[in-house]
Amino acid sequence: MNNKLYYSIITLLCFTLNSYAQIDSTLIKPGSDTTKRSLMNLEAIHNRPFTNIGNTPAALGGYMESNWQYLSTEGVSEGHQFQFRRLTLFTSATITKRIKFLAEIEFEDGAKEIAIEFAALDIELSPLLNLRGGMIVNPIGAFNENHDGPKWEFTDRPLAMTNMLPATWSTPGFGIYGKKSFNKWMASYEFYLSSGFDNSIIENSENKTFLPATKQNKNRFEESENGTIFTTTKFAVKNNKWGEIGISHMGGIYNKYRDEGIDIDDKRRVNIYAIDFNTQIPNTKTFVTGEFAWVFVDVPETYSQQFGTKQQGGFIDIVQPLYTRKVLDWNNATVNLSVRIEYVDWNKGRFKETGHQIGDEAWSFMPGISFRPSQKSVFRLNYRYLKTRDLFQNTPERTDALIVGISTYF
Amino acid sequence: MKKTNTLIIILAGILCSVACQKILPAAPEDHDLLDGSVQGLNNEQAARFGRGDLTFNNKIFTSETGLGPIFVATSCGSCHPGDGKGHPFTSLTRFGQTDDTGNKFHTQGGPQLQNRALPGYQPETIPPGATFSTFTPPMVTGLGFLDLVSDADILAMAKKNENNIDGIRGQPNWITLPSYIKPKENAIARYDGKYIARFGLKASVYDLLHQTVEALNQDIGITSIYNPIDQWSGQPIEPEILASEVHNLVFYLQTLKAPIQRNPENHTIKAGKSLFKSIGCEGCHRETLKTGTSLITALNKVEFHPYTDLLVHDMGSELDDKYTEGTAKTSEWRTAPLWGLGLVKNSQGGKYFLMHDGRAKSIEEAILLHGGEAKVSRDRYKELPNEDKSQLTAFLESL
Ligand code: HEC
Ligand code: HEC
Repeated sequence: MNNKLYYSIITLLCFTLNSYAQIDSTLIKPGSDTTKRSLMNLEAIHNRPFTNIGNTPAALGGYMESNWQYLSTEGVSEGHQFQFRRLTLFTSATITKRIKFLAEIEFEDGAKEIAIEFAALDIELSPLLNLRGGMIVNPIGAFNENHDGPKWEFTDRPLAMTNMLPATWSTPGFGIYGKKSFNKWMASYEFYLSSGFDNSIIENSENKTFLPATKQNKNRFEESENGTIFTTTKFAVKNNKWGEIGISHMGGIYNKYRDEGIDIDDKRRVNIYAIDFNTQIPNTKTFVTGEFAWVFVDVPETYSQQFGTKQQGGFIDIVQPLYTRKVLDWNNATVNLSVRIEYVDWNKGRFKETGHQIGDEAWSFMPGISFRPSQKSVFRLNYRYLKTRDLFQNTPERTDALIVGISTYF
Repeated sequence: MKKTNTLIIILAGILCSVACQKILPAAPEDHDLLDGSVQGLNNEQAARFGRGDLTFNNKIFTSETGLGPIFVATSCGSCHPGDGKGHPFTSLTRFGQTDDTGNKFHTQGGPQLQNRALPGYQPETIPPGATFSTFTPPMVTGLGFLDLVSDADILAMAKKNENNIDGIRGQPNWITLPSYIKPKENAIARYDGKYIARFGLKASVYDLLHQTVEALNQDIGITSIYNPIDQWSGQPIEPEILASEVHNLVFYLQTLKAPIQRNPENHTIKAGKSLFKSIGCEGCHRETLKTGTSLITALNKVEFHPYTDLLVHDMGSELDDKYTEGTAKTSEWRTAPLWGLGLVKNSQGGKYFLMHDGRAKSIEEAILLHGGEAKVSRDRYKELPNEDKSQLTAFLESL
C-alpha cells in the first residue's frame, strides 16, 4: 500500500511541476549522436544509431560483439577461444505523435539465449513526464540502461554489474520518467513498478547470493513467484562541465512467503543501492566512468552463511583518447588508451564460527587499447589480470587473459 | 607510411601470440597442490577422474537437485576446498553415542546434526542430554592408498604396540557394515561379525563408497540407491543422485594423488625427521605403509608415507568429548595422517585449525594437546631445546 501512495504522490508532483515545462522531444527521438553533451544516461535506450526504413515511421538498428580470447587460470588454459558474445537487434517506431515503441532483442552466445531485453511503449506527456510500459530495463546504476557493447572500450562487461547486479536486467513493468534542464544543469528521475527476484538468488549453483540467477527462471515474465511489486527509483543530475551523477535503488520482496494462502516464511527483502557517474576531464579529454553498488539480502538465519547478506562492488573506467585524425576514409578515427579497475565482494561479513572475515571476492585490472574508425565501431585489445579469492580467504587464484574483440552498431 | 603501418600490425600480431605464453603465469608446482591424480592413469581412467572431480568440486546442490531440506553444506568441495582440510565454518557436529552400544539419539536426528536448512524448514538442534563432538573436514588426498592397506597389516600394527614402553597401544575401530557395503577381499571379521573401519576422524567408516554415500546423505541431504533415507522425514525417498555419479566420486577419491613432500633432502628437515622418530611420534604416526593389489598401477603393491597407523588411540581427557562411533572409546581418535600438513593452511584461509575440531591454531598447539597414550612423546617434545622444536616443525611443514 505504501508503494501505491508513493506512486500517486510522485505522479501528482510531476503534473504540477510540469505545467510550466516546454515540450522537448529529444527524450524519445531516435538517431541522435551518441556523444551528445545534452544527453543523460536515461536516454541511452533511445539514443542509438538507427536506420530509417524508407518513408515508414519504423527504424532499425543493432549491434554485435565478438572476441578472441586466450585465458589462463593458475597456469591452466582452455586454449584459444573464439566467442560470438551477442547480436542485438533493435527496432523503433513512432506510432503517432508523442507515442513511440522500441524493442531490443538479444541473441547471446550463438543463439543459446534469446532475450527480449526491452520492448516498451513510451508516451510523452511532457519532458518532465513520460509514461513507459512493457518490458523495461530497470534503471539500477547506469550500466544496465547503457550496456551496448560498442559504447565501451572493453571486451568484457563489468564484473560487478553482470555478476553481482544482474545486468542486463529487464522486467515487465510500468513507470514514469522525466528530465528538466536549467542552463548548464540537467536533472532526471525514473520510477518503475515491476516484477523482481525469486528464491534462486540464494538457492543456486553459484554457491553464493547471486541476483542474476533469477534470469534462469523463464516463467518470470508471466508470473511473479510471490505476487509482490519491486520498485526502481533513480535520480540523476548532470552539469555540462562536471558530468553526470546518479543514485538509484531497486528493492522488494524476493521470496515465496505464501503458498495457497498459507504463510510459509517471513517476507524477505532484497535492496540494491547504486551510485554512478561519468565525466570528461576538460584539459586532457579523459573520460571517467564508474559505478558502485551495494546489495542487501535478507537471508534466513537458519540458512548457510555460504549465501551472503551483503554484497558490494563496482568499476571505474578511465579512457584517454590518444589521437583523432583521418585514417583511410574515416574522418574522425580515434585511438584510445584505457584501463578498467573492478572489484566485487559477494559476501561481506564474518563467520559465526571463527569471527574471521568471509571471502568470496574478486579484483580485476584491465588495461587496453582501442581503435574507433567512427563512434559506431570499436576494435579492442585488452589484457586482464583478475584475482579471485574463495569463501575462506585462501590464497587468491590468478587469471590472466588476452582478449581481442570487435563491437559495432550497424 | 603505409608500409610502416602494415609492419606494425604484423609485429603486433606476432607479439600477441608470443605474449600468450609469456604474460600468462605458469602453473604452480605439483608438490604445492593437493589436487591432481596419481601417475599413469589411462585415458579412460583419467576421464573418469575428471568426471568425479567435477562432481566433487563443482557440483553445487540446490533444492532443485535435492539439497537438504536440512543439510550442512551444498557440495563436497565447500567442505574440502581444493581437496584440502576444511574450515571450521564447515565443521560437522555429531551427538548421541557414548560407548560401543550405539547411538541413543537415532530418533532425534542422531548421529549428525544438520544445522542448516532451506528457507521454510527448521534445522536440527542438539537434543537435551546428548553429548557431542565437532569434526573439522580432513583433506581427502591419498585415500586410495589408505584404502588398500590390508586388515592384516592394521592388526599387525596394533599387535606391535602391545609392549610399547611409551604406553602407546591403539586398536582398530570395528563396525557393523551397512547392507550396501561388501567386505573387501582378505577382510578380517571379528567374532561378532564386525569389520575394521578406517576412514573418518574416529576411523568409523569402512571404505570410500561408505564415506561418499554417507557424506552425500548426512552432509548435503542427497539420497542415493545406497542410502535412500531422507534425513528430514526419516523416510526413504527417490535417489537424488545417479549411482554412476556416486561411483565416479569414489573413483576420484581412490585416484587422488598422495601429497608430495617438499625438500626432503634439506638438512633441517632431515634433522626434524629423526627427532620425530626419536621422541616417539612415529609410534602412532607411522611413516610407511603398503598397499595390496589394485588394477590401478600407481596404487598396486606400493609403499607410501602417510604418517598414520589407521588405529584409534586414547588421547587423554582433554580430547575426550564424550562422543564416539563404532567400538572406539570417547577419548580415542584415529591417528591423523600427517602427509600434506604443510599445505593445510592453503585451504584453511591461511591459518591452522588442527586436531579433530580445529581447536589447535598452530602445529605446536596441536602437539601440546596430545595426552593419554601420546603423553610420553609430548613430554619429550616439551623438553626439546627451541632449535630442535623448530627443526621438528620444519619437517612437519614439509610434509
Ligand atoms: C559439511 C562438510 C562436508 C561435506 C559437505 C563433505 N564432507 Fe567429507 N568430511 C567432512 C568431515 C567433517 C569429515 C570427517 C568425518 C568423520 O570423521 O567421520 C569428512 C571426511 C571425509 C572423508 C574421509 C577422509 C579421511 O581421511 O578419512 C572423505 C573421503 C570425504 N569426507 C569425502 C567427501 C565427499 C565425497 C563428499 C561429497 C559427497 C564430502 N566429503 C562432503 C566434511 C564434509
Ligand atoms: C598415541 C598416538 C600418537 C602419538 C604418539 C603422537 N600422535 Fe600426533 N596425533 C595422534 C592422534 C590420534 C591425532 C588426532 C587427534 C585429534 O584429531 O583430535 C594426532 C594429531 C596430530 C597432529 C594434528 C594433525 C591434524 O591434521 O590436525 C599433529 C601435528 C601431530 N599429531 C603431531 C605429532 C607429533 C609431532 C608427535 C610426537 C611428539 C605426535 N603427534 C605423537 C596420535 C598420536
